[in-house]
Amino acid sequence: MKENPISFQMKLSPEDFMPASEAEKESLVVMRESVSFWKDGFRRLRKNKVAMVSLIVIILIMFISFIVPMFYPYSYKTQIKGANNLAPMQYSADELARIEAGEKVFPHILGTDKMGRDYAIRVMMGSRISLTVGLIATAIILVIGSIYGSIAAFFGGWVDLIMMRIVDIIYTVPDVLLIVLLSFALKDPLEKLTQLPGFGWVQTVGTNLISIFIVFALLYWVGMARMVRSQILMLKESEYVTAARALGAKSGRIIKKHLLTNCIGTLIVTTTLQIPSSIFTESFLSFLGLGVAVPLPSLGSLASDAINGINTYPYLLFIPALLISLIILSFNLLGDGLRDAFDPKLKN
Amino acid sequence: MLKYILKRVGLAIVTIWAVATLTFFLMNMVPGGPFLSEKAVSPAAMAALEAKYGLDKPLGQQYITYLTDALHGDFGDSLKQRGRTVMSIITTKFPVSAKVGGVAIIVSLCLGVPLGCFAAMHRGKFLDNLISVISTCGIAVPSFVICTVLMYFLGVNLKILPTYGLTSWKHYIMPVLSLSFYPTAYIMRLMRSSMLDVLGQDYMRTAKAKGLAEQKRIFKHALRNAILPVITYMGPMIAYTLTGSFVVEKIFTIPGLGGEFIGSINSRDYTVIMGTTIFLATIIVVMNVIVDIVYKLVDPRIKLK
Repeated sequence: MKENPISFQMKLSPEDFMPASEAEKESLVVMRESVSFWKDGFRRLRKNKVAMVSLIVIILIMFISFIVPMFYPYSYKTQIKGANNLAPMQYSADELARIEAGEKVFPHILGTDKMGRDYAIRVMMGSRISLTVGLIATAIILVIGSIYGSIAAFFGGWVDLIMMRIVDIIYTVPDVLLIVLLSFALKDPLEKLTQLPGFGWVQTVGTNLISIFIVFALLYWVGMARMVRSQILMLKESEYVTAARALGAKSGRIIKKHLLTNCIGTLIVTTTLQIPSSIFTESFLSFLGLGVAVPLPSLGSLASDAINGINTYPYLLFIPALLISLIILSFNLLGDGLRDAFDPKLKN
Repeated sequence: MLKYILKRVGLAIVTIWAVATLTFFLMNMVPGGPFLSEKAVSPAAMAALEAKYGLDKPLGQQYITYLTDALHGDFGDSLKQRGRTVMSIITTKFPVSAKVGGVAIIVSLCLGVPLGCFAAMHRGKFLDNLISVISTCGIAVPSFVICTVLMYFLGVNLKILPTYGLTSWKHYIMPVLSLSFYPTAYIMRLMRSSMLDVLGQDYMRTAKAKGLAEQKRIFKHALRNAILPVITYMGPMIAYTLTGSFVVEKIFTIPGLGGEFIGSINSRDYTVIMGTTIFLATIIVVMNVIVDIVYKLVDPRIKLK
């Protein structure tokens, strides 16, 4: 094309119309990378020293109770002859003789109980049981509670009224009563179940433990259901949901993008705080003799067994008592930290 | 207001009925009966025993008989403790639990509310942190741990307090301490957070700008608004503490309702189980209704529907 000498036309070449390269695009972006909900939450959580310390404590306790027993030389149910009521780091006469003979004997770090069982492994197994009950029961509660609560909130009206009345009734029944009755009622069917092929695992887990799970599943979801219901009821009416609807967002998008994401913070927090309360209840039940069956230990039943010998062997009581308090405390603190990180509205 | 109270009472009655029905059928679903554990009961004697207490009739009929009797205030005789009615068991055991529980409630309120307020008013200072740490640890420690630790140090080691029974004021100290530990920690936490919330409100600043004295500001403006969450918590807490904590009664061998309840479940004493369950449920429901009404009295802004 011929150029007019007095025109103000720009001097353009065909290269100027090529698509921009990635590097060029990058240089024009002024915004930093958007921070997702999770990243934001975890960044806040990492800054919270108390929560991080409790997370480390929880991981440590989990390691001790799930991994260490695999390598531990003693078993929680073997009764060592002549090794009754040993003090921590003490050996029985039999074991002393073996040491004399040049054999290596693993010390009883926390001594033994009155049946001659190594106490350290019993405490580890006990906290394993307590943690398992806490975690699995909480998972069950989370599923049932959130589904129930969201159905009640979603349908509203009569459905909501009746569903919430049922929640109130379950709330009112003394839970100890239901637990005992249910665990008696479930004993027979569960034992029959173990005879069926494919259900052998029921025997290994223990019928008592399973009936505890069922009881938790039937009773303790009510708090979670109330929480989820009130959350969804509130969110349904919030301005940004109305705004999203006005902009033409479909129900599916609103549920996914607004209701769920805003609920998740509360759900995480409630779930984390539910774990210690499940552990609390389990230890309370085991303490009353309504929980895990012998010879399986739980922290509550260990403490309960140790009460009679409190004069002579107080450490048998203090170790499980201390451990259970530590577990509950660290889950509580972690839950508080998660709440501050993922649900800043709830702070204070 | 009257309409609301009537509606709440109606709902409460429905709840108690539902609890009674649920317990009745669950209890009868459980294999084993109250007379199974007794040694060498001949079939004839067994039948006679069951006929005496009406256990041989169909379940539906038993249920209707029980409900009509219960409505007339007759909860039947204990199946295990011969010659005692359920009513007499409850009336002798409940006052014991209620006395210990009542003292525990007063202690936890007298400690929890002022300490929580104090912490909120001195936010971030050393004492606030100390109170927060104590209350956080307080909710984490199960009651049986507190009971046993107290018993070990005060009862067994130092021997300054008796470890069982309930005859003098000294006997009350440890059960009351262990019963009030958790509620105190919980009330401190609740009070601190709601007080912080209220202290940040506009009307508090206005009150300060008006030149009101601090005492008046705290007692007249802040405390009244901040105490609401504590009142909500009080309902179930009073009900559970009055009726006796099972653990505390077991450890300190207090002859209260909680221990009676556990005992009756273990021995399948059907009538005592039913009686105590209905009694406990009634107390819980009544407390909840009272709390709702008190709520309205304290804060007129709350709409009753």
